[in-house]
Amino acid sequence: MKRSLPFVIIAAVAALTIGAGAMLYRVKERAIAGGGVTRPSTNETGAEPLHVRGQPGAPVTLEEFGDFQCPSCATEAEIISKLEQDYGPRLRVVWRNFPLAMHAHALEAALAAEAAGLQGHFWEMHDLLYKNQAVWSKALDVRPFFNMYARSIRLDVERFAKDSTSHEVKARVVSDGEQGVSRGVKNTPTLFINDSEVRNSFSPERLHQAIDAALAETTPKAFGADRGLPLAKLQPRGEHK
Amino acid sequence: MTGARSQTIFYTVAALIALIGLADATYLTVTHLTGEDVVCGSGDCSAVLGSVYATVAGIPTAAFGAVAYFAVFSSALLAAFGYTRARMFLTLVVAVMFGVTLWLLYVQAFMLHAFCPFCLLSAALTFFLAGIIIATPSTTP
Repeated sequence: MKRSLPFVIIAAVAALTIGAGAMLYRVKERAIAGGGVTRPSTNETGAEPLHVRGQPGAPVTLEEFGDFQCPSCATEAEIISKLEQDYGPRLRVVWRNFPLAMHAHALEAALAAEAAGLQGHFWEMHDLLYKNQAVWSKALDVRPFFNMYARSIRLDVERFAKDSTSHEVKARVVSDGEQGVSRGVKNTPTLFINDSEVRNSFSPERLHQAIDAALAETTPKAFGADRGLPLAKLQPRGEHK
Repeated sequence: MTGARSQTIFYTVAALIALIGLADATYLTVTHLTGEDVVCGSGDCSAVLGSVYATVAGIPTAAFGAVAYFAVFSSALLAAFGYTRARMFLTLVVAVMFGVTLWLLYVQAFMLHAFCPFCLLSAALTFFLAGIIIATPSTTP
């Protein structure tokens, strides 16, 4: 009995660890999926026009579902920025909002970015929110920070503040969230390259591989055409006015 | 206290420490797999666990830690029960963990400029394990 006792203990610890890990995984998955993104009551299929950075005819589209308060998303933003430099006109980036409920200011940040988008400066606000994430995400009231960022990119701050609480902007964020849920997004950042989800997206090498594979497979065609969307709906940088 | 008895106590303590490490690494692995941000007081877990160093060949670094702690637990327990070959294996695994821990501390301090308390706990446990291995009296025939 004494000879086999350590092996029994080892087997019990292994079983306990696997069991506890699996249980924790299920609890966390449920918490993220259930308490996650704000869901709309409509059947909208994602906000239009898209937030696109890059050339309309780029053969590869990297679509991100992100949360401005998610630290991992800020890391991902730096990786994506480098990819944009590396691939130039061959890569286009599409942004979708997926603010998670566990981040206190994520929804406000998404609304601020969308409000900036109404004045044609979505991407500038996007970059500022990530660059300063460590600052505003710890604040109790983030509005003064967002107004300051709006001022720094020469927005009409009064309109920006009003738009940040508008139904139009909220509907847009909610619409993106709904599309994310329908496409199986559970956490952020989640990346799709030409509509295929990329696992292990924090690895630049993995992203390079996925983009290179997409480039090898794809003949130059527009993202909108891929998804049955008219090209007129794609607005690089300029945004919806 | 006899040498053999001391050894048993040392290896039992090592096994218990490895259990704490196993729980820590399992938690971090699960958190990584679910993609959830780790909230950790004044620390910056997500900056570390969301970095490019958080995975190796697509596998969470914490998962390697969990396997290593399980190996330490198993070999320490076997060593405590008198399996002499397990002692050699235990020393080898702890030595590798010690080296990897030093590298991960360097990454946090000088490359990411962020520290994750869960990772620091693991580092402390590994150093403690290394201390125990060194302090354990050698075998007396």
